[in-house]
Amino acid sequence: MARVLGTSIKRREDPALITGRGKYTDDLKAERMAHAAIVRSPYAHARIRDIDTSAAEALPGVLAVLTARDVAAAGIPGVVPVGWLLPDLKTPAHPMIAADTVRHVGDAVAVVVAEDRYLARDAADRVAVDYEPLDAVADVVAALEDGAPAVHEEAPGNVAFDWEIGEREPVDAAFASAAHTVELDLRNNRLIPHAIEPRAVLASFDSSTGEMTIHMTSQNPHVHRLLMTLASLGMPEHKVRIVAPEVGGGFGSKIHHYADEAIVGLCSMKLDRPVKWTATRTETNLTDAHGRDHSTHCALALDADGRITGLRVDTAAAMGAYLSTFAPAVPTYLYGTLLSGQYDIPAIHCHVTGVFTHTAPVDAYRGAGRPEATYVVERLLHLAGEATGLGPVEVRRRNFVSPDAFPYQTQVALAYDSGNYGPAMDRALEMVGYDDLRSQQAARRDNGGKQIGIGFSSYIEACGLAPSAVVGSLGAQAGQWESADVRVHPTASVTVYTGSSSHGQGHETTFSQIVADRLGIDPEAVEVIHGDTDLVQFGMGTYGSRSAAVGGSAIVKSVEKIIEKGKKIAAHLLEASAEDLEYEDGSFRVAGSPDRALALGDVALQAYLAHNYPDDLEPGLSATSFYDPANFTYPFGTHVCVVEVDTETGSIDLLRYAAVDDVGNVINPMIVDGQLHGGLAQGIGQALWENAVYDDSGQLVSGSLMDYAVPKIHNLIPFELDRTTTPCPHNPLGVKGVGEAGAIASPAAVVNAVVDALAPFGISHIDMPLTPEKVWRAVNS
Amino acid sequence: MYPAQFDYRRAGSVDEALSLLQENEDAKLMAGGHSLIPMMKLRLAQPPVVIDIGRLNELKGISEAGGSVRVGSLTTHADIAASDVLAAHCPVLAEAAGHIGDAQVRNRGTIGGNIAHADPGSDIPPVLVLLGASVHLQSPSGTRSVAAGDFFQDLLMTDVGEDEILTHVEAPALGAGTGAAYLKFEHPASGYAVVGAAAAVTVQGGRCTGAGLVVGGVSATPTAVDVSSLVGTDLSDDAIAAAASGLDAEDPIGDIFASGDYRVHVGKVYGKRALAAARDRAS
Repeated sequence: MARVLGTSIKRREDPALITGRGKYTDDLKAERMAHAAIVRSPYAHARIRDIDTSAAEALPGVLAVLTARDVAAAGIPGVVPVGWLLPDLKTPAHPMIAADTVRHVGDAVAVVVAEDRYLARDAADRVAVDYEPLDAVADVVAALEDGAPAVHEEAPGNVAFDWEIGEREPVDAAFASAAHTVELDLRNNRLIPHAIEPRAVLASFDSSTGEMTIHMTSQNPHVHRLLMTLASLGMPEHKVRIVAPEVGGGFGSKIHHYADEAIVGLCSMKLDRPVKWTATRTETNLTDAHGRDHSTHCALALDADGRITGLRVDTAAAMGAYLSTFAPAVPTYLYGTLLSGQYDIPAIHCHVTGVFTHTAPVDAYRGAGRPEATYVVERLLHLAGEATGLGPVEVRRRNFVSPDAFPYQTQVALAYDSGNYGPAMDRALEMVGYDDLRSQQAARRDNGGKQIGIGFSSYIEACGLAPSAVVGSLGAQAGQWESADVRVHPTASVTVYTGSSSHGQGHETTFSQIVADRLGIDPEAVEVIHGDTDLVQFGMGTYGSRSAAVGGSAIVKSVEKIIEKGKKIAAHLLEASAEDLEYEDGSFRVAGSPDRALALGDVALQAYLAHNYPDDLEPGLSATSFYDPANFTYPFGTHVCVVEVDTETGSIDLLRYAAVDDVGNVINPMIVDGQLHGGLAQGIGQALWENAVYDDSGQLVSGSLMDYAVPKIHNLIPFELDRTTTPCPHNPLGVKGVGEAGAIASPAAVVNAVVDALAPFGISHIDMPLTPEKVWRAVNS
Repeated sequence: MYPAQFDYRRAGSVDEALSLLQENEDAKLMAGGHSLIPMMKLRLAQPPVVIDIGRLNELKGISEAGGSVRVGSLTTHADIAASDVLAAHCPVLAEAAGHIGDAQVRNRGTIGGNIAHADPGSDIPPVLVLLGASVHLQSPSGTRSVAAGDFFQDLLMTDVGEDEILTHVEAPALGAGTGAAYLKFEHPASGYAVVGAAAAVTVQGGRCTGAGLVVGGVSATPTAVDVSSLVGTDLSDDAIAAAASGLDAEDPIGDIFASGDYRVHVGKVYGKRALAAARDRAS
């Protein structure tokens, strides 16, 4: 049997998806289905004096109009909880429906349910809310200033938390004795995730059974069920089934538990009818948790040889109006812990202030903390290359963690399991023809006109969110294992039930490859089931590039149990000792006696017949496993971006983008490349175009796709990809994860390239996105 | 988003469309729907009646006669971009149409709908003004034509009367020795022009005998630049740069992507580049 692991078999998901047969939440219809429209605050901050729902209720076909009063009357918890706690974290309540105060544009104040969605929207326009507008603050820095409008009384100064990692004194000492120091004030721009499919929910409550089925756009249905039942609707967990049908992208935005989905659940309970709601693009932009939004001061100290001696980082991180599900973890444990990058840095200190603002909440978005950390480290390395005269390549090389230093304990808690950073850099330089590029750059500088720049990003990330006990000690209110139930049927075909819920990644293809490889069977003989809390055992879902490393490993664990049990059955049938049996290419064989063998199907059939069967063994051939990883995984790589800058207009053209990534062993190279392409598009989008802009009154001025620039195919160039392979030493597949690598590495590579191009103009930094006007103004200042 | 309720009527002829317009107050004509429908979805437009003229074949097509080209108002951007007639007689109009939106937008959007909507970032208006095109309108009381330069009145405002339908545009074919170019600085989100520069020059015997430059995106309506200083010159880069720097806008448009000052600056740069491209095509 040819190996299937490491081959680019085509995605089995695609025929349905590309022929329009995929069933997304909004495609689903139910008997007596009604439609919800949510009434949202047009103000960033206001007191609600009164809500008059009578005109909406008077419209024929309107079934109900609910406000916070109805949430209270329902006797349910009615809140949206935060799922990651930090010491002294301020956790003001986030009501499902705002009762007396709204805190961002888009905050829900009422919901209308009607017989069709047009009517629901018409009625929503007739809900009269009497607001008393209050001063608002949308900017993360302005929110910390004295006298800034308070988002929550419980959080003086708008501070949600103060957090630090590393030790301050050794860093101060390093700066005191440094031969070179570089420092930077930077903003990491706020982003809107923009999954193609907006959030949607179809909640179907049945009063005769007291059960509710919720179809919704979810990256983690079990987590959503837990939060929905425990904190919002107050239903018994076993009475709620959450199903994620096809999900059209998430990038983190569909991890979180939102008010809207709970509101629709309440509507269904009140009306005893199925109720559907699908966010409009405007609602998506106003209410999906945004990403990034940091203001950072950072500095690097180096000795006379260009070795880094200290790193100091101080960041204000926007939380938005409420703490979203995992929000406190993102700018802390997913950010501060990554600040050592690929470098041996003896002293690091990072201080982070979490800040409430009158904006949409901020939470995990592709990369979640790690793009921000990489941007800080790699921008500083670029500046260090200039300050030391070593240039961007040599200053990185000189500071890479040595390949013989692994496992490498950083100064910011993480211990890197494996790595070999030099070869990825070497290969990237070779791919772009680095020396030749520098010659071209020099010629352009002599001749004037459009300038060429070359930017590097040597990134590290931490994927496969990691031992449950560790994340628990850091404040997670959830475990971080994954589950798999692998069932071998009597005819030796296999169904896998995975707790890792796909939303476009291709789990059905890659997980079938894992099982097929381990069992020596055809991938087509493996079915993968996910995304349904009634079908699948509790699972943690898909985020943090964890599905292959954690979810895949859980599957391997189950397959290993099945092989062990199969050996006992085969040993019984072959009258051999189980210890003498080996499993290879789909058969159980007695070692040294190749003719004494039984195919998997023979053993599986006997497992279910149990006619001729070991006394001490239960029938059946299936196994459930919960895999709790020993550590994060640490993918890394070096990306090189080459740009051309039109200094007359400030516009930027991408000329080359080469990425060498080390994601450990690869299950399906095509899918890995696809993940990199998508991540790169989003990271380059952050660097050049994307920006969620609130004005001073808290209005989202980039709230539509007419103003918020998501990269389109003609904005990008063909990416040049290659890999090195350093397997993860602590999971059975040796895989690390790739879903976020492109988005983590690329912003720094692009900005470093543009700054490199503009070095003759004395420009050392421009904040993202690098819009033409900003670049032009920098050139002309 | 979901539009407010509206009635839908489909016209079978221009005359029927005109009478439907008269019968229904505040009705809106819809051609390709690519300007009207997005406005309705955001409830920025709430017409009680939409009159669909999208199937009126009499308003479609491109032809050339007597030294001018005629483009029916329902001709799609894709057809304009790919037109052999325009390639031979007025390639700059095809060039501009090819910059509009993406393939799907160009397949549905029409020139009539485009200029009747009069978005300041639209690619077609500056080209029509540059060419000295005329816009032809029909009402129950007859037909009339208006110069493109007078047609665009303000932001999203044109000379189309409430009882009128835009039937076609006519533009003089480019003569021998004339080169023209349209250069677009695209908005990364909307795809509209932040700045769109349309330029034409005529060269005879190595000397410029005529030149024009119109810049879109800078102001509410296309901004004509006086480049008559080029006439009589050999169209050197310096002469072109000096002429294009005459772009002036009293109240330039600005947004979060590009301020008014910056648009004027880019208008000058793109004006210069468009003139240079026109010069290179003229010879």
